[in-house]
Amino acid sequence: MRILMKDHLLIPVFHHDSASYTITELPNIPHHKHNPTYRFNSQIQTFLFGKQLLLDEIPHPVEELFTHVNEGYITLRRPFIKEGRKIKCARCGSSHHLATYPCARCGNEQCHYCRNCLMMGRVSACTPLFSWNGPSPSTLIVDQPLKWDGTLSTGQQQASTAVVAAIDNKKEYLVWAVCGAGKTEVLFAGIAHALKQGQRVCLATPRTDVVLELAPRLKKVFPHTTIAALYGGSEDRHLFANLVISTTHQLFRFYCAFDTVIVDEVDAFPYTMDATLQYAVQQAKKSVAATIYLTATPSRKWQKECRQNKRAYMTIPARFHRFPLPIPQFKWIGQWTSPLKNARLPFVLKKWLQQRIEKEKQVLLFIPKIKLIDDMLPLIQKLHPKVEAVHAEDPLRKEKVQKMRKQETLILLTTTILERGVTFPHIDVAVLGAEERIFTESALVQIAGRVGRSVEAPTGDVVFFHYGKTTAMVRAKKQILQMNKEAKQRGLLHE
Amino acid sequence: MNSCLFCQKEMQLPGGFQALFQKAAQSFWCEDCIAKWAFIKGPTCPTCHRWMETAEICLDCKKWQADPIYSGCLDENISVLAYNSFCQQVLAQYKYRGDYILAVAIADLLKSKLKQTSFDLITPIPLSEERRYERGFNQSEALITALGKKPTILLTRMHTEKQSKKTRKERLETPQVFRFTGQQEMSGKKVLIVDDIYTTGTTLYHAAKLLKEAGATEVRSLTMARS
Repeated sequence: MRILMKDHLLIPVFHHDSASYTITELPNIPHHKHNPTYRFNSQIQTFLFGKQLLLDEIPHPVEELFTHVNEGYITLRRPFIKEGRKIKCARCGSSHHLATYPCARCGNEQCHYCRNCLMMGRVSACTPLFSWNGPSPSTLIVDQPLKWDGTLSTGQQQASTAVVAAIDNKKEYLVWAVCGAGKTEVLFAGIAHALKQGQRVCLATPRTDVVLELAPRLKKVFPHTTIAALYGGSEDRHLFANLVISTTHQLFRFYCAFDTVIVDEVDAFPYTMDATLQYAVQQAKKSVAATIYLTATPSRKWQKECRQNKRAYMTIPARFHRFPLPIPQFKWIGQWTSPLKNARLPFVLKKWLQQRIEKEKQVLLFIPKIKLIDDMLPLIQKLHPKVEAVHAEDPLRKEKVQKMRKQETLILLTTTILERGVTFPHIDVAVLGAEERIFTESALVQIAGRVGRSVEAPTGDVVFFHYGKTTAMVRAKKQILQMNKEAKQRGLLHE
Repeated sequence: MNSCLFCQKEMQLPGGFQALFQKAAQSFWCEDCIAKWAFIKGPTCPTCHRWMETAEICLDCKKWQADPIYSGCLDENISVLAYNSFCQQVLAQYKYRGDYILAVAIADLLKSKLKQTSFDLITPIPLSEERRYERGFNQSEALITALGKKPTILLTRMHTEKQSKKTRKERLETPQVFRFTGQQEMSGKKVLIVDDIYTTGTTLYHAAKLLKEAGATEVRSLTMARS
């Protein structure tokens, strides 16, 4: 699409001529004051409010949209921002993934597009970002949105109070809660507090699985609130909701939308994703807004900021069942790859597994590479028939996890995909080759956090089989010990 | 940093003295991605390049040969890959999401086959105006450019539904969707059509028929995948 400017009015054109411009070439984008006498389309209002969308994503005729632009109810933004020599995508903030193509839409031979957020529809130099600029849609405010009669542990209660204060004061706040602390319940009071004032809240999490799991839980405790669950291909895309549960990717479609953004599992991203995620959060929230981060394993950088009092945070160092976290044991296993090459299991590991098999205790065995599954699965199956393996691209992943839950599998071999999110009540955990680079500090803390999750079985073994201790292993253990110590000092554990 | 054009994973450059002094061959795909392709190896149907147990003419091609209108229009199809789920993923990102830059990486897979083929004109399967606007570019034209050739536009397409949304039967029964609009003298010319995928052959046979009628003596097609 190209745009023709006539007496400060913008007109979309769909042929290529020299009088028109792409949104990027347009010398200036006029900003009109709302025309109070214009009767805007309220469907467009609820659809576009707090969003930044491409023309292709909006189910309204382009002429009608541009009338709203000229009447001051929609703003158009440039898709790319120049920062010195760098050009960055205005939607996802990436400047490393730009490419060009000869574009049939604007006729330019070298039209930029962003590869980083391509799966959300192509942002290119000729696609403006549409946002609502008029009054916000009216919503129903509920007096007592929260219907929940559960109780919080002391640790949860302290964090919950802090979260309410941060949401009230529009501050940034980190809740550093150990695996199994019960993070979700900590948010209830804060979300309710915001909703009571008619504010909009977004809960963002990296994975679709988690969105699907959280949405029904929150719908139950906030029965009178409109809740949208957003992920790739979700039905709720068009829903205007005061509480939005979204994958972090879907955040890219929001602009100045939320009074509070809660980011779950901030650490679940590789380092390179971090900047993009931060950008998405900044874009999605209003200029004055609260940001709550939840994690069991903050990055080194964040840990340091916490220690130096540069970051407002609170820990929940104990699990809801008031038992300490299981401490990982380090066991030297030597050059564990060579027995595998000769189709034998490393002796130490074999012995450890046999002990669990005798007691019929379920085992989650983490391995550093997918390729090892082929070598190891038959060897372990010789010890016991009920052994399965699962990895990220496994089509039967869900079924296999389900089988483990139903205790139909005794030993489950897995790559790091099961490091977080899954809960099996009564298991021991081992890591083979804990010295490998993929087992970072946070991965190891998360892995150790799989053990002793339930009240019925609050303990269990965690063993890191290694060929040389790494800093990550030492730090992971130290972090867990530190949390237990703090929990004891604050009186959050059983005596 | 060298990273895979498709999955963005960093690629390790080969070490050692040889690598230091030789110009490293530029690779667009990482090893993991290459391992996911099903390269066609061994016996194929001599006409459509379908991967077979023995090199004999496949049932599909026999049907085309028996067809009163289209018999003999397409002389040969050349494909590099058998269609699989990875191929589907790559094509989805390239065509439907519009990741133009992948044309270079796909062309890289095709270039050795292109060298073995002789032709006078190389032409893309056209998109309708509407579809071209929607996608932003014509994927087969982009492949030709990425192969370092200059595409000659010989055909125009009337707007119809997407081929990929149709069933096999519907596709085989579609009437001619192209028109010959080329300005070139076609008699005695060898034409190579480039497209992303050969499914039932309908698209290519329709195009080939018009090219033959316009005077071309040989019409071949080069496609990334044979499904």
